Amino acid sequence: MKSLEELAKIRERMQSKVILREGQATTRVVVGMATCGIAAGARPVLNTFVEEVAKNDLGDKVTVSQTGCIGMCRFEPIVEVFEGDNERVTYVKVTPEMAKEIVEKHLKGGKPIAEYTIGAAEK
Amino acid sequence: MKELSLNILDIAQNSITAEADLVEISLNETDTTLTLTVKDNGYGMSPEFLASVHDPFSTTRTTRKVGLGIPLLKLAAEQTDGYIDLRSTQRSADPENCGTVITAFFNKDHLDFTPIGDIVSTITTLLQGFPDIDYVFSHRIETGGAEKLIAIDTRDMRVILGDEVPLSDPMVLVWVKETLEEQYSAL
Repeated sequence: MKSLEELAKIRERMQSKVILREGQATTRVVVGMATCGIAAGARPVLNTFVEEVAKNDLGDKVTVSQTGCIGMCRFEPIVEVFEGDNERVTYVKVTPEMAKEIVEKHLKGGKPIAEYTIGAAEK
Repeated sequence: MKELSLNILDIAQNSITAEADLVEISLNETDTTLTLTVKDNGYGMSPEFLASVHDPFSTTRTTRKVGLGIPLLKLAAEQTDGYIDLRSTQRSADPENCGTVITAFFNKDHLDFTPIGDIVSTITTLLQGFPDIDYVFSHRIETGGAEKLIAIDTRDMRVILGDEVPLSDPMVLVWVKETLEEQYSAL
């Protein structure tokens, strides 16, 4: 039986951790979650990123956030990965399976997957 | 939209855009009907915008001139011979009681009824994306004379979590998911 007391345990666990968060993350994963993104299947893609980042313990390095319409609805679900100051990789028509691969190869391995990017889709 | 829960996720974002800090999502089900209500305390809509909001060419988005959130919900309701109803009070008119209430009524037996789908995932997605807002979710199911209630209120959670643990924390999201799934599986 789930209870609110479990949240108190989560809080304790967080307090005991050495906190290295706010401002330390160097990589941002941004998922388009406007009407177009949602209709195209962005919700499971977003949830896959959240779960995989937590599972791989990348939480201190990677943040996952939601944004509105990027303006290229035909390519949704769109996921942008920002690293450092201005480096951006735009993945298009992303599925949960592709999201897992992006976490593995790009976020963990440091190598963007060229064939999933908008550059490849527009050829 | 393949699931009503996706329409709900989409509609709730309008409340967030309207600077609401409390969003209440309720589902009331009987054997044959479903009523969805999304209520917020955001800045509301002007009577002119309210009158035009069913029109896809009326939108707050800035990247293009088409907005499909409310029209898609309206379509989902009307294709079951249902309807939507929108009420809004602007902050400038009444700062204490401003906000918007959208109600959608569905006939579940209609061939074109869209299933609710993964509503738990819609709730966790909202918490993940907008953890500074409070959410009250309730799903009341009245079937065969018995009433069952699935509910979660992030204000209760926040009291325990304090300021240092956001609602978007992965452990908190897992807790919300498991809590709601447990309530649903007890039905």
